[in-house]
Amino acid sequence: MTIAVIVYPGTNCEHDIVHALSLAGADTEMVWHRDTELNGATGIVLPGGFAHGDYLRTGAIARFSPIMDAVVDLAGQGVPTLGICNGFQILTEAGLLPGGLVANRDLRFICETVHLRVESTDSVLTRAAHMGQVLSIPLNSYEGNYVADDVDRIEAEGDVILRYSDENGNVDHITSPNGSTNSIAGITNASRNVAGLMPHPERASEDILGSADGMVLLEGFVASTDLVDA
Amino acid sequence: MTTAEVPAYAQLGMTEDEYQAVIGILGREPLAAELAMYSVMWSEHCSYKSSRSHLSCFTSDQPWVVVGPGENAGVVDLGDGWLAALRIESHNHPSFVEPYQGAATGVGGILRDIFTMGARPIALWDPLRFGPLDQPHNRFLFEGVVSGIAGYGNAVGVPTLGGEVEFADRFSKNPLVNVMALGLLKEEQLVLSAASGEGNLAILLGNATGRDGIGGASILASASFEEGDEAKRPSVQVGDPFEEKKLIETCLELYDKGLVVAIQDLGAAGISCATSEVAGNGGMGMDVDLDRVHLREPDMNPGEILMSESQERMLAVVTPEDEAEVLAIAAKWEIEASTIGTVTAGPDLSIYDSGELVGEVPAASLADDAPRYDRPSKRPGYLDTAWANEPQIPDEVDAGEVLRVLLDDPAIGDRSWISRQYDHMLFLNTVIEPGHDGSLLRIKGTEKALAVSTDGDSLRTYLDPRRGSARIVYESALNVAVTGATPYALVDNLNFGNPEEPGVMWQLIESVEGMAAACEALNVPVVGGNVSLYNQTDGVDIYPSPVVGMLGFCDPMPENPPRLDRAEEGMSIWLVGPEPQGDFAASAYDRIINDRLGGRPADADPEMARSVIDSATSLAFEIPVLHDISNGGLAVALAEIAIRSGIGISVTGVSAPDLFDETPLRIIAMTRNTTLNTNAHHQWIGTVGGTDLNFGDSGSICVTDAAAIWRNALPRRMNH
Repeated sequence: MTIAVIVYPGTNCEHDIVHALSLAGADTEMVWHRDTELNGATGIVLPGGFAHGDYLRTGAIARFSPIMDAVVDLAGQGVPTLGICNGFQILTEAGLLPGGLVANRDLRFICETVHLRVESTDSVLTRAAHMGQVLSIPLNSYEGNYVADDVDRIEAEGDVILRYSDENGNVDHITSPNGSTNSIAGITNASRNVAGLMPHPERASEDILGSADGMVLLEGFVASTDLVDA
Repeated sequence: MTTAEVPAYAQLGMTEDEYQAVIGILGREPLAAELAMYSVMWSEHCSYKSSRSHLSCFTSDQPWVVVGPGENAGVVDLGDGWLAALRIESHNHPSFVEPYQGAATGVGGILRDIFTMGARPIALWDPLRFGPLDQPHNRFLFEGVVSGIAGYGNAVGVPTLGGEVEFADRFSKNPLVNVMALGLLKEEQLVLSAASGEGNLAILLGNATGRDGIGGASILASASFEEGDEAKRPSVQVGDPFEEKKLIETCLELYDKGLVVAIQDLGAAGISCATSEVAGNGGMGMDVDLDRVHLREPDMNPGEILMSESQERMLAVVTPEDEAEVLAIAAKWEIEASTIGTVTAGPDLSIYDSGELVGEVPAASLADDAPRYDRPSKRPGYLDTAWANEPQIPDEVDAGEVLRVLLDDPAIGDRSWISRQYDHMLFLNTVIEPGHDGSLLRIKGTEKALAVSTDGDSLRTYLDPRRGSARIVYESALNVAVTGATPYALVDNLNFGNPEEPGVMWQLIESVEGMAAACEALNVPVVGGNVSLYNQTDGVDIYPSPVVGMLGFCDPMPENPPRLDRAEEGMSIWLVGPEPQGDFAASAYDRIINDRLGGRPADADPEMARSVIDSATSLAFEIPVLHDISNGGLAVALAEIAIRSGIGISVTGVSAPDLFDETPLRIIAMTRNTTLNTNAHHQWIGTVGGTDLNFGDSGSICVTDAAAIWRNALPRRMNH
């Protein structure tokens, strides 16, 4: 019953997500990107950072890391899989989630706490939250602007799980800090076991850090990994 | 530029006397590679030859100092086996030549200084100084430097918790880009740079050596600038944060497994500096084989290999038995490594290339025998004129109207345009984020926390280097005290003009003595520093700009430390500290409203400083809002609290001039009840509530309007 946290060269949020997942009661194990096995993992997290320096294009090199065959395999079997920030970018490059992330609208890095509105509770990440709940969670990215060719289908099928909003849950183009299409901050796949989001729930894991709103997401994710038969 | 008339040593920036000193040490003319090494190691940047004799007035003999000045970083004891490493550096000239890479490599360089000590770097701060933003080139430099810091710091995975910024005309052609770094380690991980053990091996880790940055220390950092110096661009290095991230993890694993005897980062003067320092510090020698160095360009000559300032490289001394394991760990992290040297009994550093001896010098002579200059100093003539030119403040001004102007100043307005571009949250330690007086970082798994503030005040130090420099030490101490920390250790960055001018040397000496006296008064050790001289372009020296980085420490930390956004309806407002003394020299009011600079800044009383700082440290455990009064005086400090908390403030009985007075050592305290528990001098001045910043007869401004002006100060200038 262990969540595998994948570490690529350049990943930098691995210790933070391990800290927050342990607060949510999970056992974790860091797995180096050159490994090829994920035996017994009941969940997978691709943390934030700059895998392979973000060179070429964010996530574009990481998707070819030796561990990715095992990630794709387990995700296909229904194992809960979460990509945060750079991890989300890698999941889209690996084809586990649709669309992609491009440079922010203002062409500057953004590190600030944003508000997110829960759009669907039908995912391994949002299952413990309630519809319309507004969460205060930090964003930290240069390429956080979500785009997709088939965004209408993604919307129609209910794959959008989190949207940037104001503190009252209102959504419009101004509330999207990075220009994301339809203010999309997080999505899930058709099977609902793979989720990705640009903001960092682990950075909102304790009141002393300014917010503990990320825990409802991480606790939901940990609960979904408990259901997996390893 | 090479001409037959200019001798080789002069082309490398050495004087005739220095060249003769080299001949004296070697007993012969130096070979080309040897001359290159001496020229860089004896440069101002590496040797501190103009300032060293004046730095001895700093003390660092407090019992909590583990490593004082002289190593790569200062180290202090936090108890229970925890240590903190801190350092400050400048990358001024490179950032003018190429702002993005200049700033980026400054970040990379200081991080190596921290993890060289065995510490994991946990945070960065960036004190910055530029020319006015109405000039397009200054905006270009500002934008480039901020993105360079963000681009490198974010990617390497070390949060940047802020810094400070000033804009003044004399920085237009000589911006100041300083960077401070903090690291955390357990005491058993501490590593020093002194090689030991004859037969031990020197392994070069990291980037391949290329032709970038050759002569950077002597050419860029140790000479004044003139028009057309963009041609020096090839001397600026290019940073690779991804390589540095892998290098950090490699080194931390090596320390963790106890595989390192000594280690040194490669900074200025590259291999020549690192090998001579490691060997010389340990009283040993070293044989170095340049054929073994992994190169980016195969046809480099020995001088180029020795002098190259390619980034992201470290030199580790390990035992022969551990060599294979060290190389394997480097390979795991996808880092290149090559064994390039062997520690010898000494004293010579012997350099071989293709089997031939290309240089042989006493290792310690490169550092220890560097020249020292006691340069002439003389009180500069501008001071008499400036002191006589006293600020004129009218008795009656509309404080609301004045605030509209001051809050729009780019150094007073909201700085989140900068800090939003920096990852300031990584590692989940950030308790007080950028935008407050001092940063506060918890140490997970303990009750301890570290506070940091970086401070400079170039116009005030210009008007009185001694008083101004003492004041930045006190202000920095107050900034950490309001988070609940006790001032614990200081690093200083001395940014000055051309030391060959007696007036500049006078500024430097006055400033150092002023800082030293303030540190002495607070019992704060100076554990490290950096000196950046020759900040002169087209014959104009910068304003003398000492910058300090203060580390504060608390154990335990406050459960709910004061914040600017915690003011609430009905709270009492207190002014703690001395009565205003009419201190308007270099004040925001005089600089911005009167558009002039003159007068003599007030002296800060050490006794009062101790009283107010101690008071702030203890109040931080009890009350919700504590804020240092600095740039713009009481009015701006209150506006910052009102804006951040989204609520009005009413002040009674404070005259308009007193609202903008910048008398030092004063703080604002807010309490839920009607008493303030402190021994320091204090008075009640008003109440929190309503929608306006209301100064009674002196005027008012609606908080919403003030907030809009304040928030837009940088965006309106930078977002086009």
